[in-house]
Amino acid sequence: MLWILAIIQTILFVALAPLLAGWLKWCKCRLQNRRAPSLFQPYKDLLKLIRKHPVVSEDASWLFTKAPFIIFSATVLAASVVPLIAVDLPTSASADVIVLVGFFAFARFFLALAGLDVGTAFGGMGSSREMTISSLAEPAMLMAIFTLTMTASTTNLSFAIIHVLNEGLVLRPSFVFALFALLLVAIAETGRVPVDNPSTHLELTMIHEAMILEYSGRHLALIEWASQLKLMLYGVLIANIFLPWGIAQTQDLHALGVGLLAILGKLAVLTIVLALTETMLAKMRLFRVQEFLGFAYLLGLLGMLSHIILEASR
Amino acid sequence: MTLLLAYCAVLLSFASGLLALLMNQQQHLQGLSQRWFKRFAGGAGVQSVIEQNLDEHRFPNLLRRLVFVLLGLSGVFAVIAGLAVLISAEVITDQISLGLPWLPWHVRFDSLSGFFFLIIGIAVIAVSIYGPGYVHSYKEKQHPFAVLGLFTGLFVTGMMLVLLADDAFFFMIAWELMSVASYFLVAFQHENSANRRAAFLYLLMAEVGALAIILSFGVLASFADGFTFDALRQAQLSPTWASIAFVLALLGFGMKAGIVPIHVWLPEAHPVAPSHISALMSGVMLKVALYGLIRFCFDLLAEVQWQWGVVLLVIGSISALGGILYAMMQPNLKRLLAYSSVENIGIIFMVLGLSMIFMDNGHPQLAALGFLAALLHAFNHALFKNLLFLGAGILQHQTHELNIDMMGGLIKRMPQTSALFLIGCMSISSLPLFNGFVSEWLAFQTALQVDVLDNGVLRSMIPVAAAALALTAALAAACFVKVFGLIFLGLPRSRNSEKAHEVTDKGMLIGPALLAGLCFLFGIFPGLIINLINGVAKQLLEQSLPNDTSMSWLWLAPVSAHQASYSAPLVLIGVLLAGFITFWYLRRNPDTKTMRIAPTWDCGFGGLTSRMQYTSSAFTMPFRRIFANAWIIDEQIDKDMRGAMNLDVAAVHYKLQVEDHSWPKLYLPIAHAVNTLAKHVGRIQTGNIRVYLSYSFVTLIIMLWVIS
Repeated sequence: MLWILAIIQTILFVALAPLLAGWLKWCKCRLQNRRAPSLFQPYKDLLKLIRKHPVVSEDASWLFTKAPFIIFSATVLAASVVPLIAVDLPTSASADVIVLVGFFAFARFFLALAGLDVGTAFGGMGSSREMTISSLAEPAMLMAIFTLTMTASTTNLSFAIIHVLNEGLVLRPSFVFALFALLLVAIAETGRVPVDNPSTHLELTMIHEAMILEYSGRHLALIEWASQLKLMLYGVLIANIFLPWGIAQTQDLHALGVGLLAILGKLAVLTIVLALTETMLAKMRLFRVQEFLGFAYLLGLLGMLSHIILEASR
Repeated sequence: MTLLLAYCAVLLSFASGLLALLMNQQQHLQGLSQRWFKRFAGGAGVQSVIEQNLDEHRFPNLLRRLVFVLLGLSGVFAVIAGLAVLISAEVITDQISLGLPWLPWHVRFDSLSGFFFLIIGIAVIAVSIYGPGYVHSYKEKQHPFAVLGLFTGLFVTGMMLVLLADDAFFFMIAWELMSVASYFLVAFQHENSANRRAAFLYLLMAEVGALAIILSFGVLASFADGFTFDALRQAQLSPTWASIAFVLALLGFGMKAGIVPIHVWLPEAHPVAPSHISALMSGVMLKVALYGLIRFCFDLLAEVQWQWGVVLLVIGSISALGGILYAMMQPNLKRLLAYSSVENIGIIFMVLGLSMIFMDNGHPQLAALGFLAALLHAFNHALFKNLLFLGAGILQHQTHELNIDMMGGLIKRMPQTSALFLIGCMSISSLPLFNGFVSEWLAFQTALQVDVLDNGVLRSMIPVAAAALALTAALAAACFVKVFGLIFLGLPRSRNSEKAHEVTDKGMLIGPALLAGLCFLFGIFPGLIINLINGVAKQLLEQSLPNDTSMSWLWLAPVSAHQASYSAPLVLIGVLLAGFITFWYLRRNPDTKTMRIAPTWDCGFGGLTSRMQYTSSAFTMPFRRIFANAWIIDEQIDKDMRGAMNLDVAAVHYKLQVEDHSWPKLYLPIAHAVNTLAKHVGRIQTGNIRVYLSYSFVTLIIMLWVIS
């Protein structure tokens, strides 16, 4: 029963990710005084891509055509670990939050390799930049996560969320720092403004797009889907760790329904915040990203120190 | 019985070394066999077989194979002996009546030695499967196999004896055998002056390190009665003297293990040695140094102090970060791998430091966790670093290049090698499902237990070290994306790599394949090896992992299932499930199943060439800018101008040199000081006989005065 629930939750995760992307696009369009496409436009785009013949470069190797499947599977696995509507599901025990970071690294590894496979300058550029940004983002992210896991004294996401729920609403300075650090990391890792602009195709600014420039058809669909999933993953991670209220602690239908509504509401609000920042900020230069992520790391460190100095039991 | 197996391993590797000496004695052997058969008119069949094999053309090949078979058998025995002692958890001691008259060689074979025997055994097996194909390309005149085989055998013998030694004297003899034999292996291709320089540097540092080790044993021995490890264990040291002994041991063993800043011999020596030797040196010899440090700190110095842990933690963090940052900038594949060994040794030292800190603060269970993570990482590093070095050997063999800027596109020409190399890259980048991830995960789990400590400084320092570990892991992933991407993907960057093809010798693929298989196996079922290491922790720290029972083969829950758990088999099943479902679903429509093959998009300009691809220095450019202070960077861009006003750019020359900080900051001042000192001492050498006579006279007077 629990396993079935876990699988359903993962499928829900995967199915809802394009909707979140659609909602984000809708919000941005409205904020920029444009007419918004339908909320379901990302689904239509994915379907269109899946129906098309993929065009593959003659210089591509097997890695190029298999990488989208690997990237997508790793991201789906990451999604199965993060509690969406209910906690205490068996999948979240099979991998903890450090493994979650590992899944992201796995997907990124193959994405970067795929970028290098065809042998164009764009792909190499994208891979190089992606690896740079991620290697700065990873310590910052782990710093923020360590703050949380040391408070809850577990790296298991489910148990950590239960811990936060049981503590009740306490304003912890360490959590505030960690929340902001994780927000900054999420922006960098999902390739949003001001770190990367997902809608640009200008060679000076591309990061994620440069790597996947050669992809088309179902391969492109999988990679797009995986990046939408990643955006949602970070959203759920932030929403459920720092504001876990509403998540189902039992497995009855009522609680699950409430959990679903709660997470949808939280994500909707988070997305509006993201749309606002994307509308108000301009993309920064590549070599200012280090300062951005350095700041995120600093916030994570401050969170950790305030936990150790102010909050720890000793 | 177990000890006998270990002796067999030692003797077999020794015998393989001796057998290699017969390489040039083919004619003597022929004569010998003819005389033998003349005297005892034996079976004609036997005679013809022997004579056939002594034939000029068959003999070298046969002997080469035989030497490696013996070496491989030695590895098999080492694995069996190691496993036997690990499983039975006994401590076997023995004495060999060799050595000094009053100090026979003491031998001790316990779990710790057994574990490192296992590491050596696996590496030696892989190397000896790989070896025959690799050494085949050496020309007998220039690079005699007798030398290579002899010193390989002695090198392996030395390493095994270090693990068996139970007194300081025997330990040092074995240690020197290992160092000196490996010096000859580094100097094997001595026709290049760079190789001779590297070998000399290696010998110099190995001997300075050995001096430090002797001194550290001396400190212990002055408080003990005797040189046996049993006596040294009983020594009652004051904390200060214990710390002095620790620092000396750290210097000595650290020099061999290659921690920053005493790592400089590694990136020089590893690239110049034959690839299977650099695999052994990097994968195994560094581990033997680690063994020495563990034996010294955790076994001989009974009381571990947490300050030592802090030292190890700091040095380890610096080595890990420095190692990977330097590695990233290297265009030479083997140099890069050598620097990456520095990184991994740094990680191991960090976790060992954590273990010491927990130990002295009264948390033996967490100390056992850290100890386990350190040993597991040592084991994993031996596997994947060996794999990568052997892979580098294949690449060098097939493309005659080690510069990764000259390779490219090899995934299509060398599919099997590329698959094996990919597994190595994924393991070393610590991606889930592979073994490197497990040890790194355990390291993080150890670091996260910091809440139990009382000391505020430690509590804030350890998480920062953990973040450094995270940065290291992320940089390693970037570095190995670069390595795999530039070597195997893209378009070939040189004629050599354009014409390269897969190796024909099956052994050269089977050896690395064995290691790759183990990388994957222990990535999915880490419990297999963790249970073995637990025995080591139990014997050495008298403490095994907490929550032992929950560590079944499926789950890894080092502290408690509530705190953290990881189940690689479930993850594997999940990934396969998700992958296959999407694969099947997206390809079920026969119309779109096929792919259209088209030229690469070239922005409509045409003429994409391989020179437009990213190179090693281009790929690492963002890192070079962000971490600019980590290296000494010399970047020069020269433009050739032409045309009427000298305004048209005809050609651009780009030169990049990235240097290690340790040379100008540490080594050159020392060299300078030694030179200055020598000059001052040189003043008393006037070359005048009368002055020398007066020196003798004054010395004589002083001596007489001292005696009276």
